[in-house]
Amino acid sequence: MSRLNDSNVLLAHEIIERYPRKKSALIPLLHLSQEQNGWVTPEAMRHLAELLDITPAEVIGTATFYEMFKFEPVGKYVINVCQTMSCALLGSDGLMHHAEQKLGIKAGSTTEDGMFTLEPAECQAACTEAPTLQVNYRHRYRVTNDSFDQLVDDLRAGNLDGEIPPHGTLGRNRQHIPAEKFVGAPDPDDVSDGPVWIPVSVGDDS
Amino acid sequence: MSTAITRDYTPGFYEGDRPKVVTSRFEFEDSHTIDRYLATGGYDGLKKAIEMGPEKMAGEVKASTLLGRGGAGFPAGVKWGFTPQGVWPRYLVVNGDESEPGTYKDRLLMERDPHQLIEGCLIASYAAGLSQCFLYVRGEMPLAHERIATALDEAYAEGYVGKNIMGTDFSLDIVLHWGAGAYVVGEETALIESLEGERGMPRLKPPYFPAAVGLYGQPTIVNNVETLANLPFIASKGSDAYTAIGTETSPGTRMVAISGHVKRPGVYEIVNGTTTFRDIIYGDEFCQGIRDDNELKAFVPGGGSAPWFLPDQLDIPFEGKEAGMAGSMLGSGAVMVMDDTTDIPEAALTLVRFYAHESCGKCVPCREGGTWLLRILERVCAGHGTDADLDQILEVGQSICPGDMPHAASERLGLEATPFPYKMTTICFVGPSAYAPLHSALTLFRDEFDAKVVPAPKRISIPVAVAGS
Repeated sequence: MSRLNDSNVLLAHEIIERYPRKKSALIPLLHLSQEQNGWVTPEAMRHLAELLDITPAEVIGTATFYEMFKFEPVGKYVINVCQTMSCALLGSDGLMHHAEQKLGIKAGSTTEDGMFTLEPAECQAACTEAPTLQVNYRHRYRVTNDSFDQLVDDLRAGNLDGEIPPHGTLGRNRQHIPAEKFVGAPDPDDVSDGPVWIPVSVGDDS
Repeated sequence: MSTAITRDYTPGFYEGDRPKVVTSRFEFEDSHTIDRYLATGGYDGLKKAIEMGPEKMAGEVKASTLLGRGGAGFPAGVKWGFTPQGVWPRYLVVNGDESEPGTYKDRLLMERDPHQLIEGCLIASYAAGLSQCFLYVRGEMPLAHERIATALDEAYAEGYVGKNIMGTDFSLDIVLHWGAGAYVVGEETALIESLEGERGMPRLKPPYFPAAVGLYGQPTIVNNVETLANLPFIASKGSDAYTAIGTETSPGTRMVAISGHVKRPGVYEIVNGTTTFRDIIYGDEFCQGIRDDNELKAFVPGGGSAPWFLPDQLDIPFEGKEAGMAGSMLGSGAVMVMDDTTDIPEAALTLVRFYAHESCGKCVPCREGGTWLLRILERVCAGHGTDADLDQILEVGQSICPGDMPHAASERLGLEATPFPYKMTTICFVGPSAYAPLHSALTLFRDEFDAKVVPAPKRISIPVAVAGS
């Protein structure tokens, strides 16, 4: 059931085409499967192995290295509270404590209604706007206890549906390379000459 | 006077009356669109580059002595020259995996001016003969993905990317690639592993540079986002205009994020090499001093990995060599400021936790050492540590970074500076990064650690009755 659906299989082939070797498409395809199902299911990983001509073990081997891939269902909204230095200096500990109280769960777990997963997170590249958190990787800056409560209420009420898609969806748009403009990605073993715009001597003398 | 771009589309960024190289469009709300980009000189650098030809363009970059902005500060033009003769194809991999604690600049550049980055990729690929470009963007930055995806679609449609760019024989695909959350992937060989669909673990050295053996074993240039964002300026205005800004050893400008206990934390484009830390932290056009007018206690000059500086070091200019001689580094342009209310061991703990968490597990000293440092420090901060734990920290540290550790000079402690860098027993810098800030904290603020621990219980000898005696 949680194999990629037909339209996502088409998309998967389009993504695979862009890489000189198929396995390079693995991480983007894992994201695609997580977008479809909300988490990375065993069936989806087997399907990706078929699409990429690798073994399911290779898929899980790569997938488990990366924190964004979830191997069990998570909440519709994953809230990551940054705990690294800049945020910690400005009170992220207190914010995390408040978040646990508000949601009624410990960090690392999911609310019973399946709406929220709360996680501690490392640096989110918004250090000047500390303390920060991300909801499904969308930043929220200079978060206070009050603004956290407001955020949770808004998410529950669906007020932010236009801004924050459910967990799994990263970009709400994706790159599309038109076929007539696509240069192509040959396997490096099949290429021996330099690009045509490079004179034979250039690039070899430096 | 510096004015805030207070609009919430550029959070944290402040402009000023300073030369702008990479943030010239940040004042426009629509800076990420191709219309705005073309109306403000966009893709002129690419046109110039194609007029010049690849050889001359590469020469311009070399002449600009543009230093890499990812952390190591290696000259970009020289790096391009490491590609071996006659080996094709060659690739460009853009490092957009910004995740060093304190660093917030590449995300802004990707979100606010994606076309500038795309143009940088085109110029680099054109000059160095690279056949395909992969733009690796950190997974936790969906807005950057959305903006770059749109910008690439626009650029393909307008003929700036893809087959026969602007009607010439220069052709290049730029592929937007998603990361999935791993700090270590910022290391260039780990980035390549990840791009090949593997676990993002750094490769064993040598070969030291992916320029020789990189993606799929081919010559590969890995450049940071900010580095590439400088190229359109260099191509369109010339290397002379670029070196006219900054100093001889550190030309141009730098994006610096200053966070922590300052009045106005923010991201600033500063003139390279001449601006001092005092300017940055206390200057009116920058952070305007410490919050509540507290005293400065210490600051991190170059991202979480960097050894710490004390108020003694405020007059050091933001310049790589000077910071190195003073016992630290500029890294990725991230200053984190601690005022006198800061609990130093607790602050160090947040960094040790980060690096212990982000260890990929390949090298034992990092995998085990980082975890040990974390456990010991947690014990100390919780009030359960002994003075033997502090010695244990130094001992574990020695197995990650043998020999002298870099640290700042301190008049208060009568310490001379030990210059950067350190020796290391690991493949990449994640392991040493867990230790370097902790070593700084422990060396410069030993009294605060001592106050948290109790003396270790004395070992006592109990005589044992030996049979027959």
